[in-house]
Amino acid sequence: MKVVADLGLCQGHQMCQGEAPDVFAFDEDTDQVVLLQEHPDETLRPQVAAAVQYCPAMALALVEAPAQEENR
Amino acid sequence: MTTSQQDIPQVSFAVPDDGFGHLAELRVDPIGLLQRVRDECGDIGRFRLADRDVVMVTGAEANEQFFRAPDSTLDQAAAYPFMTPIFGKGVVFDASPEERQQMLKNQALRGDMMRGHAATIEAEINRMVGEWGDEGEIDLLDWFAELTIYTTSSCLIGKPFREELDASFAHHYHDLEKGTDALAYVDPYMDIESFRTRDAARVALVELVQGIIDKRIARGTVPKEERDLLDVLISVDYTADLITGIFISMMFAGHHTSSGTAAWALIELMRHPETMKDVVAELDDLYADGSEISFQALRSIPRLEAALKETLRLHPPLIILLRLVQEEIELAGHTIMPGTMVAASPKVSNRIGEDFPDPEAFDPGRYLDPRQEDLVNRWTWIPFGAGKHRCVGSAFAMMQLKAIFSVILRDYEFEMAQPSEDYRDDVSKMVIQLAQPCRVTYRRRVK
Repeated sequence: MKVVADLGLCQGHQMCQGEAPDVFAFDEDTDQVVLLQEHPDETLRPQVAAAVQYCPAMALALVEAPAQEENR
Repeated sequence: MTTSQQDIPQVSFAVPDDGFGHLAELRVDPIGLLQRVRDECGDIGRFRLADRDVVMVTGAEANEQFFRAPDSTLDQAAAYPFMTPIFGKGVVFDASPEERQQMLKNQALRGDMMRGHAATIEAEINRMVGEWGDEGEIDLLDWFAELTIYTTSSCLIGKPFREELDASFAHHYHDLEKGTDALAYVDPYMDIESFRTRDAARVALVELVQGIIDKRIARGTVPKEERDLLDVLISVDYTADLITGIFISMMFAGHHTSSGTAAWALIELMRHPETMKDVVAELDDLYADGSEISFQALRSIPRLEAALKETLRLHPPLIILLRLVQEEIELAGHTIMPGTMVAASPKVSNRIGEDFPDPEAFDPGRYLDPRQEDLVNRWTWIPFGAGKHRCVGSAFAMMQLKAIFSVILRDYEFEMAQPSEDYRDDVSKMVIQLAQPCRVTYRRRVK
């Protein structure tokens, strides 16, 4: 799984930090999300999925990385 | 290769041109007009509004170009002339994305303020439902419009201010919303009844606010923790007129939108008893352990959320989103010139059949795993708009709706008091509201 944060859309609500604090942080200077892990562990999937679903700016996405990339 | 604006197809006329292009149709059947733009012209088409071209886009690709454009290219404020007399001169229509972000950081819509708002909203709902008794009848428009005046004023301005309000504030506010006739594109101060009513309502609201200001001044200063936004604005010597304008603008985006969505959600749930049953069962289960609504409304309530999202898809509170072109922009392969209005339509995009199979059907299952049609179609599932200007209050709105339904479906059952098809929108104004009568009966649940 790969997490994508679109900084062109992020409005700085900081909801994702509440849902998945190991994956998302916040930059106080730019008021935008900071992605801590682009390829979080499978065990974090429910938290990341909730962050994606409840992002008020719809700025987050979960993409399934192609198999070869995951094996790298 | 891009082509010029003149090559964009123009939609036909269903209502004769009375000198202002498609304005006449926009005032009687706006949804028919907007749908026809897509049906006849495809992803990009044109209609005439007074002396301007309005270029309307639909579909994911063109919508994304529209919503990603910076403010310097597409200006929002200049596209809504009907709002100026409502807010008053000198009150901005909308903050820039940077200012919005600052507001989020410092003020009422911040994520960590939501818990307090949820408790406030629950208390306001309980207060109004507390007057219901065992059974009775309400008008959906009146009831939800009054409730959302109390919730938005309390959460955004402050509890002391809200305590000064009664139904008369909601009544005047509603008259403002009715003063959004598209004739404002010709002249927002034209001598027509709805504009006269609008201006009288604003005067009445300023008087109400002046009365509250006078009481505050007579009372003198209070400790910091008892102050609200009104005290702050009085302390910097703002006039009642300007303060009222600021309050109107702060409440505007969250009022008719939340009120209408709550009403339509209840109507759709009554129209779909199986969904109602599922949602009530979900809520009963969730609150069986006595947990608080202000706590749960901030958490996942999947079946209720899906029903609310489907309501928003079919009944988006705003059917058209407008911008004024400031710098040349390319949309769907066409170069659009400064001075043109461009538009996206939540009403039309939300019903694109390729993205939303069986688009006219109320199907909350669309939002459950693995379909997630809102996330998959983030440029066409647009009841909150999209991009940098996406509704900054969407999380607040969803929380409020979850709190409302948690309270009313826990304690009451609802039945339509008129034929199902008689619930419909009055689309004669730019702010769309339920047409009255829109009555429902309630009865206390026997558990």
